[in-house]
Amino acid sequence: MGDQDAETGGTDAPVDEGVEFTIDGRTVRARKGEMLIAAAERAGTFIPRFCYHPRMEPVGMCRMCLVEVSGPRGATLMPSCFIEAAPGMEIVTDSAKVKKAQDGVLEFLLINHPLDCPVCDKGGECPLQDQTLAYGPGESRFVEEKRHFEKPIPISDLVLLDRERCIQCSRCTRFADEVAGEAQIDFIGRGEQIQIGTFPELPFTSYFSGNTVQICPVGALTATPYRFTARPWDLDQVESTCTTCSVGCRVAVQSSSNRLTRLLGIDIDPVNHGWLCDKGRFAADAVNSEDRLTEPMIRKEGALVAVSWHEALEAVATGLKAAVAERPESVGIIGGARLTNEGAYAWARLAKGVLGTDSVDAQIGDGLPAELVLGLPRATIDQAASASTVVLLTGDVREELPVLFLRLRAAAVDGDVAIVELSPQATSLTAHAEVSLRYGPGDAAALVDALVSGGTPPNAAAEPGALDRARQLMGEGPVVVIVGRPSLAEDGELVADAARKLSAALPEARFLPALRRGNVLGALDMGLAPGVLPGRVALEDGRAWFEEAWGSVPLARGRGTADMLAAAAGDQAEGSAVTALVLLGADPLTDFPDRRLAERALDAADFVVAVVTAPGAALDHADVVLPAAEAHERPGTTTNLEGRVFRLGQKLVPPGQAWPDWMIAGELAVHLGHDLGFDSVGTVWDEIERVAVSHRGITRTVLDAHGAADGVVAPLSLSKVSLARRNAPLDPVAVPGVESVERQGASLQAGLAASPNAAADGPEAADPSDGGPSRPAVLSGPGEFAVPHVAPADGYSVRLVASRVLYDGGAAVASVSTLAGLVAPGALRANPHDLDELGVSSGGQVRLRSATASAVVPVEPDASLPRKVVAADFNVPLGDGTVADLIDRAFPVVDLRMESL
Amino acid sequence: MSEPTPIAPPRRAALAPAAPVHLNAEIVVRARQLIALYPERRSALIPLCHLAQEQDGWLTPEAMVDIAGLVGVTPGEVLGTASFYDMLHTEPVGRHVVAVCTNIACLLGGAAELLEHAEHSLGIGAGGTTADGAITLEEAECLADCDRVPCVQVNHRYVGAQTPESFDQLVADLRSGARDADIPPHGTLIRVRRTTGIEADPVAVAEERRLAAVARSARADAADGAGA
Repeated sequence: MGDQDAETGGTDAPVDEGVEFTIDGRTVRARKGEMLIAAAERAGTFIPRFCYHPRMEPVGMCRMCLVEVSGPRGATLMPSCFIEAAPGMEIVTDSAKVKKAQDGVLEFLLINHPLDCPVCDKGGECPLQDQTLAYGPGESRFVEEKRHFEKPIPISDLVLLDRERCIQCSRCTRFADEVAGEAQIDFIGRGEQIQIGTFPELPFTSYFSGNTVQICPVGALTATPYRFTARPWDLDQVESTCTTCSVGCRVAVQSSSNRLTRLLGIDIDPVNHGWLCDKGRFAADAVNSEDRLTEPMIRKEGALVAVSWHEALEAVATGLKAAVAERPESVGIIGGARLTNEGAYAWARLAKGVLGTDSVDAQIGDGLPAELVLGLPRATIDQAASASTVVLLTGDVREELPVLFLRLRAAAVDGDVAIVELSPQATSLTAHAEVSLRYGPGDAAALVDALVSGGTPPNAAAEPGALDRARQLMGEGPVVVIVGRPSLAEDGELVADAARKLSAALPEARFLPALRRGNVLGALDMGLAPGVLPGRVALEDGRAWFEEAWGSVPLARGRGTADMLAAAAGDQAEGSAVTALVLLGADPLTDFPDRRLAERALDAADFVVAVVTAPGAALDHADVVLPAAEAHERPGTTTNLEGRVFRLGQKLVPPGQAWPDWMIAGELAVHLGHDLGFDSVGTVWDEIERVAVSHRGITRTVLDAHGAADGVVAPLSLSKVSLARRNAPLDPVAVPGVESVERQGASLQAGLAASPNAAADGPEAADPSDGGPSRPAVLSGPGEFAVPHVAPADGYSVRLVASRVLYDGGAAVASVSTLAGLVAPGALRANPHDLDELGVSSGGQVRLRSATASAVVPVEPDASLPRKVVAADFNVPLGDGTVADLIDRAFPVVDLRMESL
Repeated sequence: MSEPTPIAPPRRAALAPAAPVHLNAEIVVRARQLIALYPERRSALIPLCHLAQEQDGWLTPEAMVDIAGLVGVTPGEVLGTASFYDMLHTEPVGRHVVAVCTNIACLLGGAAELLEHAEHSLGIGAGGTTADGAITLEEAECLADCDRVPCVQVNHRYVGAQTPESFDQLVADLRSGARDADIPPHGTLIRVRRTTGIEADPVAVAEERRLAAVARSARADAADGAGA
């Protein structure tokens, strides 16, 4: 691990084996291979710098970090970002010679700098400004004309460039090239003519462009949404975690006058290394939306009317009571991935302990069976990035979990990770994969069968040797499997089946669930899924335990989202209908893969409650609307795809009367005649720690110690938790603007937290509940489920893949004007041979027909697709509708006829 | 502040480079031969830029996109590299690029006067191109022909020291095609093709490359081992 820590700049690694050298006469230790600038910083000596960034390769571009290094020819000036510490080296950082060098470098850097600090967004948090003040000569001898450029020029929709402010540190170009792998910006020209630019007509479309703004040490790159909206000294900030997807990047949330101004990435070793994707960074703006719902509403005479919380909750209670009186299972709750862990737990307890329904599902038909996700041995991102082999059984990671893509790409490009990709189409990791095997929808399990037991793969198009190579790589442990949903047009159980087979064949393999929605893993942990209870416990295993804790639990396993919607639409057996639907921040009309089913279900349901933050299509069907608080407006915790629990920071006050979700559930329980006993978000967490077996020991104390940094992976038995605080100050030049972030939690004595459940099923002696039921076992293994039978495709049909793109019509993008414009219309992708057979050329159109639907859509060739497989992106315009119009959940795969017009 | 120009929305990133569409077949064949000479594809970037100039006389954006696909970099990197070098023109130039050196030796030999004369007689400033597209005039740094001052190059070929009168004659000859035999149109760097190594067996080259990569990684491992 020593090596890896050195690479990632970790501050906790031991330095005993390092090298000894002296800084300004003090003897200090550096890690082997550590650059002087980093070693000096750890030893408490800050060397000024612009181009050096701890997460990128050094270049020695700016010359600001010159120090005197002793050598055979006496002390010479050397860039400390470019020289490794060596035993016995003597460096001086504060001599007159160094000072003169710094004066000279700064005078040079300022020759063309416009000194427009009063109108520059960076003013106040600018490394150039700060270091000029601290280390600069104080005056300039340059009297000639400075460079002038047209300003600002947009290099993308999100990033503006003011070229005259640029000091050519190459941080942005190195980020684009080294980290994002898309060198769409580069230096153009040479010498005094040099400037940053994009290729004409090819903007900086990277999903990670916002990071270049974040690491720019001057005001040359600014983000369109933030430009001219605030001054740094007016910003107040708190540390939190981004909940746009389930990666859980650590962020500094900054606001001014209860208005969120921006998010900046905070560097934590286990997850994001300081980077954010543009969606996470800019979608946070949704909290500022003018459209936010601020009052509870009830439908009266066909229209939604604002009412008091009391009246609204009374109406919900009445509606739900009426449904429960018939059968508890006639209430269905869809959604919950937007909620905090506390909100999810409160709603799970309300549904399962109070209403008595198990038909609760945080996944909106786009996930995997909860038992599989919770039962498989979980990998961390670090384990994936340091594995020998990573098997991808998921959609395009860059489109779904962008920062996980950065970690995996780095692992494949700079590390020793071999990627084996099993996918119906090329993805952004295909270029970095050792082996890429294609399969058609429904054939994932057959492909895995062929891999593990040596059969013929379903799609024999794989190049010879590829299968053997994949087998060989999968035999070289450790193996981490990333399992998600390559296509929303095939039943999730089909991918789950493939994952189950991988788990059986590779018992040592660990799994990283690539489920996309913000806190979906937290919601599953908290029991917001059919058949499970909080703490990763199966319904039957946890019955006695939760009857003791909650009073009652549902009698039988409930339905998932697809079945709930089908039951609401009247597609299922008589007497089993779902009549009341609660939408927990979910809008099945945009989120559920089969749009027509969602529409029929919402039309048919007698009673629909929407707990939402902003208006959406589902509101037209709602009888009661309850306004909820958004991310950054509520404290609590969130859980990422590793099972890592993070504290969330609250920076804003929710608008109007919007409440956090745990409070809505608690008050609703009171209206239903139960008191859940929650009086603060902390008491909800205390109960989670007490009753959720997988979260035992993760007390508020432990979270507070770690809320400031890396979070805690549940269950605690998996990780040693050090209560020592990471005292390393944030590098103000690495991320200008977050040097003084308010870190959460009280400081604690250093030590090691006791791990109360050393093994999840360890001795019960430590359990305080004497005489009560014993603690249930945490789910383990991939679980049992019925795999739907996939009939072989007839020779005339094409099979549909519906994959994700980052910017789609979902609520996160739609409510942010800067991102909504980035949603591009999609096209149907098909194998060029299939298009040739139809006589359709690229840019042409085809008609797609199923038994119940028909659409005319544009097509483009994609040679990565197997024959008779077509692909389209979910939730973006496709022809006159979206691909969701063509998906019929009644079938495990979607077969369509493709015809020329 | 001027109104920012609108930009096309980002689309799903292209996952595979497109095949060359602008460069002609002969040049693409030649490009592939050049690429095969290097252990890393991107090392062929500059030779390919010269090849593209041979087709168009300058480095067109379309050619840069093709080159990017051929050597596996982004078009932005091709522009970034090409814009560094004076012999690669990312803006259109005339059929003949006439470079007048104004460095110290030539300056003493009357280069400033020659350049001024050239500007007047051609009716363009240094860096400009005549309306008929025949001549681009450049002011150059040292062209390494200091014993014949003021030194002038046409399409990177020395034409010896020039006086204002000989310069006018030179331009007239260029326009009339009288010098076509020794001065090909701009972009043609050399008319003698290199053949050594070009016809190498691609399989053997691939194997050589693989072995080199193995050796590299073994060296890297050994270095790591020694360092750790």
